[in-house]
Amino acid sequence: MSDTQRYVAFALWVFALASTPLWAENYTVRMAILIAMFTALTLSWNFIGGLTGYPSLATAAFFGLGSYVGALLQGAGAPMLVAWIAATVFVGVLAAVFGVIILRLRGHYFAIGSFGLVEVLRLVISSWGSLTGGGDGLNVPLVQGGPNAVAQTFLAVMVVIMVIVFVVTVLVDRGRLGFGLRCIQQNEDAADMVGVDTTRFKVYAFTLSALFCGTVGAAYASWTGYIDPTDSFSILMTIKVPVMCLLGGAGTLLGPVVGTATFMILEEIVWANFLDYNRAILGAFTVALILFLPGGLLRIDYRNLVTRFAARPGRSGAPA
Amino acid sequence: MTVSLLSLDAVSKNFGGNHAVSNVSFTLKEGEIVGLIGPNGAGKTTLVNVITGVQRASSGRICFGDLDVTEQRPYQAARRGLARTFQIVQPFPAMTVLENVAAGALFGGAQSSRAEATDVARKNLEFVGLAGFADRPASALTLAGRKRLELAKSLAMQPKLLMLDEVNAGLNASEIDGALTLIRKIAERGITILVIEHLMKVVMSLAQRLLVLHHGQLIADGVPTDIVDDPRVIEAYLGGKFAERLKGIRQHG
Repeated sequence: MSDTQRYVAFALWVFALASTPLWAENYTVRMAILIAMFTALTLSWNFIGGLTGYPSLATAAFFGLGSYVGALLQGAGAPMLVAWIAATVFVGVLAAVFGVIILRLRGHYFAIGSFGLVEVLRLVISSWGSLTGGGDGLNVPLVQGGPNAVAQTFLAVMVVIMVIVFVVTVLVDRGRLGFGLRCIQQNEDAADMVGVDTTRFKVYAFTLSALFCGTVGAAYASWTGYIDPTDSFSILMTIKVPVMCLLGGAGTLLGPVVGTATFMILEEIVWANFLDYNRAILGAFTVALILFLPGGLLRIDYRNLVTRFAARPGRSGAPA
Repeated sequence: MTVSLLSLDAVSKNFGGNHAVSNVSFTLKEGEIVGLIGPNGAGKTTLVNVITGVQRASSGRICFGDLDVTEQRPYQAARRGLARTFQIVQPFPAMTVLENVAAGALFGGAQSSRAEATDVARKNLEFVGLAGFADRPASALTLAGRKRLELAKSLAMQPKLLMLDEVNAGLNASEIDGALTLIRKIAERGITILVIEHLMKVVMSLAQRLLVLHHGQLIADGVPTDIVDDPRVIEAYLGGKFAERLKGIRQHG
């Protein structure tokens, strides 16, 4: 698949999501909003987890932080867009600072360290009741308009964020930064020896992976109108995002997009049909995925698969 | 009088109470080929690690040209023109051979764009004889091929000093001859080379000067013919029999 084909595939997908209000009911539109939102998160995770090979579990930390910064600013009277941008910048700066500290860790240690960020921030937000409302959560000024209008607005917002992250991914992937990150992913010591400033590159990647989680978090807060610490700093989210990315193919351009869509549609089907066991089924699915498909859906050689099926003895008379 | 390119002044590296490198001083002049020999565990690789900033010297001073580089990080060493190959090859396995070399050109060399870096990479692949493998993944190369890849990658960084850490280890006789020809060709470009070797045949035929490490100490520094006669070197490394044979080769060959 050439890059152009990838861009076209993505453009078609953007169009499919964005056009849901025209051809589907509200339930599907809501689903499209969530898919766009999670795709933005997965594409973000791809910077650090896919390109750089650092298995971050900090997604929910940045999402939660973004939602609180956005909600607090909107509560203080800032316009919605200003609150979102401020949340993005704030989360980015904080991620750079955290990154300098925890990027000294590698592999599993880094995963645990980044996971620590989620818990620490959740506890700080829960305990700082005077500012954040603690466990009671925060109300965010509601967006004016009926449910349909609100859904359409936030569909547009999430799709735009998703497209921005995708474009940034393409730019990074084609440039010096992306090349350096791939070197780090392959062999960090060797990257250092050929002149890649590994510390700086990793901090860039970590910051990129956080920035848009902040935007998405702030937009999510405005959409739902109410946030609380357990919902914003959700452990499930911090696990789900890497799983989605791995499902599609970490480090690839379309992997996060394909993975998110597949996972969320599967989740919806499982949820609807197995109310009691849905988490167990998704868990088993995740384990099976890592065992049997470590490279993700996009790493399967589909053409080869088709030829192999066609060449099976008995099915066709083709000579070996 | 040639200018000194790299100079070490009383450099030591301790790991706890273990003195891996102690009080080593020497100078490399521009354009020289110098061999660094010594028994296993003598501290040869540690010394290279200290020079390139992978490990920091416990004491002493390292100067590259006029610059004090004692505290440098590996990526800075690479950009300043200090390249090295690893004893255990370190490719980017899933990238193509071409991309591996382009990484050296882009980050360590002077190239500013990926297209330029790729051009330089192609030239260097041709130079080491790997042009036919440019689009194969690095993991598909044989050991000899990977050693050549390491060389191409280092050369793409346009180094002033190239440190070759056992580039010949694990190669067969004909592969070694190929590697030797290649190293001589690199030297002809005016690049200063420090060859870390176990194979006396290799250093004797390449180096203009030899440094001998033993238990982390520099026990000899001189032209190869003198080194072979040095009783301390014979005792520590060569052994009496081998020294006789080397002398024999010299007289009759």
